[in-house]
Order: sequence, then structure tokens, then C-alpha cells
Amino acid sequence: MYEILHKQVLSATVKLMVVRAPLVARKAKAGQFVIVRNDERGERIPLTIADFDAEQGTITIIFQEVGKSTAQMGQFQVGDCFANVVGPLGHPTEIENYGKVVMVGGGVGIAPLFPITRALKQAGNHVISIIGARNRSLLFWEDRMRTYSDELIVCTDDGSYGRKALVTEPLKEILQTQAGIARVWAIGPAIMMKFVAAATEPFGVPTIVSLNTIMIDGTGMCGGCRVTFGDGGSQFVCVDGPEFDAHKVDWNLLLERMSFYREQEQRAYEQWKQHQCRLEQAAQTIERQAAHG
Amino acid sequence: MAKIIPTRTPMREQEAHVRARNYEEVTYGYNIEEALAEAARCLDCAKPTCMPGCPVKIDIPGFIRHIREGNYQAAVDLIKQTNALPAITGRVCPQETQCEGVCVLTKKYEPVAIGRLERFVADWEAQQGPPPLPELPPPSGKKVAVAGSGPAGLTVAADLARMGHKVTIFEALHEAGGVLVYGIPEFRLPKAIVKREVDYVRALGVEIVTDFIVGNTATVDELLQEYDAVFLGVGAGLPWFLGIPGENLGGVYSANEYLTRANLMRAYRFPEYDTPIAMGERVVTIGGGNTAMDAARTALRLGAKESIIVYRRSRAEMPARQEEIHHAEQEGVQFYFLTTPVAFHGQNGRVTSLECLKNELGEPDASGRRRPVPVPNSNFHIEADVMVIAIGQSPSPIIAKTTPELATARNGTVVVDPKTMKTSKRGVFAGGDIITGGATVILAMGQAKTAALAIDEYLRTGTW
Ligand SMILES: Cc1cc2nc3c(=O)[nH]c(=O)nc-3n(C[C@H](O)[C@H](O)[C@H](O)COP(=O)(O)OP(=O)(O)OC[C@H]3O[C@@H](n4cnc5c(N)ncnc54)[C@H](O)[C@@H]3O)c2cc1C
Ligand code: SF4
Ligand code: FES
Repeated sequence: MYEILHKQVLSATVKLMVVRAPLVARKAKAGQFVIVRNDERGERIPLTIADFDAEQGTITIIFQEVGKSTAQMGQFQVGDCFANVVGPLGHPTEIENYGKVVMVGGGVGIAPLFPITRALKQAGNHVISIIGARNRSLLFWEDRMRTYSDELIVCTDDGSYGRKALVTEPLKEILQTQAGIARVWAIGPAIMMKFVAAATEPFGVPTIVSLNTIMIDGTGMCGGCRVTFGDGGSQFVCVDGPEFDAHKVDWNLLLERMSFYREQEQRAYEQWKQHQCRLEQAAQTIERQAAHG
Repeated sequence: MAKIIPTRTPMREQEAHVRARNYEEVTYGYNIEEALAEAARCLDCAKPTCMPGCPVKIDIPGFIRHIREGNYQAAVDLIKQTNALPAITGRVCPQETQCEGVCVLTKKYEPVAIGRLERFVADWEAQQGPPPLPELPPPSGKKVAVAGSGPAGLTVAADLARMGHKVTIFEALHEAGGVLVYGIPEFRLPKAIVKREVDYVRALGVEIVTDFIVGNTATVDELLQEYDAVFLGVGAGLPWFLGIPGENLGGVYSANEYLTRANLMRAYRFPEYDTPIAMGERVVTIGGGNTAMDAARTALRLGAKESIIVYRRSRAEMPARQEEIHHAEQEGVQFYFLTTPVAFHGQNGRVTSLECLKNELGEPDASGRRRPVPVPNSNFHIEADVMVIAIGQSPSPIIAKTTPELATARNGTVVVDPKTMKTSKRGVFAGGDIITGGATVILAMGQAKTAALAIDEYLRTGTW
């Protein structure tokens, strides 16, 4: 079993967990991911390995509560176990000294961006980072990102912290004013990555995104994770990725595929919340009865 | 000589319109009277023609004789000398092209229902309680790693454990059983039967480690540092796609994904189970094999009003088991034969129709079957909200990519010496769909038995 050793709330909806998974930790590299299952009825959820410690036999995962499975995951406490954790999956990030790089992270995407940023900095790159979220309460790891960045720009959509802007705005300014940007990495909501791709394309700067499509096995067995590329060909995110050339991805189809189960997922989430409510009421009733009895 | 009984004893089954809406097993299997009646049809030939038809050469007249004498345990024991999984193969073997296809009765009458009898004795044994464990020899001190827990992996593990070796199975998914749990649906092969086989393998002392992807979690070379030999039984998990426009629209599934969601992840019980699946009103499945039949029949059970199979050749060429085709027809699956898909069309990213061409039969191709030739301008559309592609699969490249010395053929299959199942890499053996591409349970099982003997010899002698 995969025990939770540490739990930390990073923002209103984002949580971090350190999980015992020695076999994964032994082999993990920046940019790879795992598939996690909560319990015997759980779905298989792909999550980037945000950090790992081969000696301690642990990996760090970070997730945003967006539906039933991730909300349930968020309720797990230290000492609880996940039914399954399998990995490491996908290709690691290709870390080299590229020169000057820009790292763009949105929301929960800051988590997977961090180990890549750290590795690139350690490889000698000049690192400019831009991180953003909808508002201040959803932002995290500014300090960590700052440690491994030569420059750090922080923005929020509503201006509640840092600059009031979408991450693409400072990105465009940097591309316009600074010469020699060798590469851009962008990790965040698919829609953000789509706009980052659109922003860097006119400048011809190679741009890498890490895709988080719907998956089942993570080994190339189902094809559920496939994405279309500019030339019409398909790639499997789990085995060919998860990092891809952002300028070749068919973003509209990707966004549509990712929202395919939205209705069903919302229904499951609502039912689960109602069920949680009832459980809580039942617990309160029992407590009251105990107090009176 | 015994009197010839021309027709076989029917097997009772759920009524088609009822079973098409539930997940319970379609057929009930023979009871004792039915089994005895069917066993009486066997002529007990001096030179049985059925036996060479069985890929693992079961002593067919022999086990049927035991049934006639009411000696069911002896019948199972005889089968198990060469077939470790009779409850499974009795249900899923393509008997009409194997043993039953060459039974002497077949020319004039219906063949003896060998598969049903095999299933009968295996189920009879299961009813007697957990299988007795054989006495195990003293530990050999040798360790074997088995990659994959499908029929090949389970069989090789059981045989090696019985020879005294310490075996660990590494399985990528969270449940053991391979295609038997993620592909073949409950209504055709109840998961309790697979679980029984898995439990038996565990009871023999085999350790099963799930969530372990050989190649990623540890490479074959890393396993060889800890184990004396490695058996690769990872199947043919890479689904083929058609490569036609619109294939990545929402609602277009590979059969692997569709069946894995429904079977392994129990999506038919969403939201009680967390994995969703598109419940199509009209579902089109492309292909003519067992996988296609399983997908089309699963669609009905998920509530589809119509389930349609599109196949580029004609009915006679469909590679699926006869029984599955027959059951699918009874359940109301519609067939479009001589039809080739050319494009998926959709709206807002969701599939809405499949554009097809009509085919004519042309000259025979390499397989000896007449080649389907599309008729120009015969385009037509089939409207549907879910499409399932079931046109075949090949081995996943994960192991080959991470094992440099492992020779593979162009289609990605691992090359072995068929007498020993030795690969090009010392200490590494392989069997099942990984060496054949998508084939059958019985072939995977048979190759695993061959491999177990060769592995044992290698462990004892150290010669490659
Ligand atoms: C839908 C469907 C219906 C079928 N119907 C029939 C039928 O009616 N009759 C019949 O005879 N045959 C049928 N077949 C074919 C039959 O199931 C296969 O031939 C057989 O299961 C092959 O056995 P195997 O042990 O080689 O591989 P599999 O059963 O494929 O098992 C391989 C196992 O290895 C695991 N694995 C893969 N990669 C790795 C890795 N890197 N590390 C660790 N584990 C890994 C997989 O998760 C899987 O559990 C059907 C196949 C399908 C898909
Ligand atoms: S294993 Fe398959 S081929 Fe062999 S006797 Fe049984 S049903 Fe026939
Ligand atoms: S997740 Fe199944 S093929 Fe990628």
C-alpha cells in the first residue's frame, strides 16, 4: 500500500502529499508522472511527480480538487493509503544548458513546473519564470520558484497579488524585448498552454508543454490519451509524451477531448457531495444522541 | 460400435433479449445429465482426429471416457496434464477451428461439443472447493521473474512453482489476469473464474506484484540482476487505429479502452465506480474478431438502443468464434458486411457519424481470402454517437525499447525459438501474444508450458 506520510495545503484547492512509493522513487526523473487510484472503486488518475526522494522511497504529488476523485483524495489524511500508485511513466524532460529559458506555470501547473525549473537552473540555464493563478489564494510555491529563477514574475487574473495579467502578457513582453530566448516551457490548464503556444509561435521559439489528458493505463494500451498533431498524426501522451512541441498540438480537439466526460463527472461530484453531507449529518446525530444518552 | 447421435446436446442460456441487458454469463454450461448425454456421442475413435486439432494435444477421447464413467476428477486431471486453464479455454477457445473442427463427426453431423465438456468438468471441479495443492518439491533456490499476469504469465508461474522455483509476477495494471480481466467481458468469462486461477497461482507460493511496469519500474536488465531468468508474457497491448480523418473525436474508442473501462474499471456501474464511459444510443464497432463482438455486445449492456458491427469482408471471413457471432446476432447486433470506414465526422468535437465505402470481393489475397475492393463513389454514412475500433493490436514497444539485446520482428513481436521460447537475450524467455501478436488463450498457455520446461532446464544446467 502507498501510505501518505505528509500532507500540506498549498492553496484553496491545491494539496500536496508525500507518498511512500519506493519503486517509483528509485527510478523517477523530472517530467515523469504516476497513475494513482484512491480505492478499489477508484478511477486511474495521472499526476505529475512533483518531487521524489530515492533514499526515503517517497514521491510528492500535487493535485487540484476539481471533481469527485480529487476531492476524495483531498480528504485523505497522513497514515491513509492509496490503493495504487504506478510509474514512473512517460519520458523525462530533456535537461540541457539551452541558454536563456522562460518557464510559465499556471495554477496547479506550477507544481510540475518546479522540478524542471530546478533542473534547468542547475544545468546552468538563465531562468526567467512567470507564474500565475486566478487569484492570490490559488497561488503557491512563489518562494521555491524564486530560489531557482534569475527573474520571477507573478501575476493573478484579478490583480489580488502581483501583476494583474494573464501569464501570456509578460511572456509576450519578454519575447519582444529580450533576444536569445532558447526555449519556453509551459505547464498549466490546457487553455493556458494553448495561448502560450500562440504567443511564442510568431517568435519561432521552441515551446514545450506537458499534457495531462484523460488516461487509463498509462502504458500505451488504451489510446484514450491520444492527441492530434498539426500534420494529422496521433501521439499517445502517456508513452510518447507527456511533453510535446506546443506548436504542433491540435489544441481545440485536445480541449474537446478533455471535456468529454464533463457532464458525467459533475453528476458524480454532486452525488458524492450530497452523500458526504448526509454522512456528516448522521455523524452529528450520533454525537448528539451520545451526549444525551 | 456406438449408435451415432447426429446433433449435439444444447447448452442452456439466458434468453437473448434478457441477457442483452445484463452482465451475467450468457450460457449456463451442462449439468451432469447433459454432460453424460453429450459424452455418449463421442465414438472413442482408435485414431482420434480431434486431438491433433488441439494446440496442446489434450487426450480428448480419454477425458470424455472418464466423464462417461462418471469419473469427473480423473477427467480434469487428464486435461490439466497439458492445459492449466480448462474452465477458461472451455469457454473461449475457437473450438470450431480446433478440436471440434476436425472431430470425425464434423463431416456429416455436428461435432462432439468438446469445449462444453471441458468446461463442464472444470466447473465441476470448482464446485468441489478450492483445488488441492500439489506437494511442492524442496526449493531449488532459483528465482524467476515473470512480466505480465495473463494466461501466459499465470501458466508459466504455476508450472515453475510446482518445479520448486521461486516466482514473482510483475503486472502493470492493478489487477492480475491480463486480457481475461480487462478485455473479455464478465458475460462471457465470469471474473470469479479468473480469480480462482489467480488465487491458485498465489497458493502455490507465487508472489504477484501489481502496479509494476517492466521497462519503467525496472528494466529487464535490472530484473536479471536479481532473478536467474525472466519470462516476458506482456501480451499485445498496443491497439491499432485506422488512420482515417476524425479518429480522435470524442466518443471514438479503441476496443481496449472501451472494454477496459467497462470490465476492469466497472464503468457500467458508474457513478458507484468512478470511471465513466460514454453510454451511446447508437454504437458502431469496426472489426470482425472476438474483440469486436465483445465491444458490440457490451454496448447493448450499457444501454445502447442499437449496436452495429462494420466489417470489411463478409460473414464467413469473420475471425470471431462462431458462438460469439451467433450470440451477437441473437442479441440484435446489426452487421454491415463488405464495408470499409473512410472517415469519422463530428460536431463540437464529438463523433456523430461514420462515413463508409461499400466493397466487392476481388482476387484472393495473401491470407487466401478474397480481397475486399471498395466500390468508387459508394460512400454512405452511419450515424452513431459512440464508435469502437476493434481491428487488432500488436505488442507494446515498452520492453523492446528498454531491452537493447532483445530481437523483435517488424510488427513488434519478440522473436523466440519455438521449441524453447528462448529470446535472443540470455536468460530471457517469452510466450503468448507478445510473440504472436493478438492470438488465443490456448496458444499463450501452450507456449508458456513449453517455456516452463526450458526455463527449468536452463536453471538446472545453466546452459543457454
Ligand atoms: C476483447 C478480447 C477478446 C478475446 N477473446 C478471445 C477468445 O474468445 N478466445 C481466445 O482464445 N482468445 C481471445 N482473445 C485473445 C486472448 O485474450 C489473448 O490471446 C491472450 O490473453 C494472450 O495472453 P498473454 O498472457 O500473452 O497476454 P495478456 O492476456 O494480454 O496479458 C498480458 C499482461 O501483461 C501486462 N503487461 C503489459 N505490459 C507490461 C509490462 N511492461 N510490465 C508488466 N506487465 C505488463 C498486461 O497488463 C496484461 O495483464 C481475446 C482478446 C481480446 C482483447
Ligand atoms: S483446449 Fe481448446 S482446442 Fe483443446 S480440446 Fe479444449 S476446447 Fe478443444
Ligand atoms: S493512457 Fe492508455 S494509451 Fe495512454
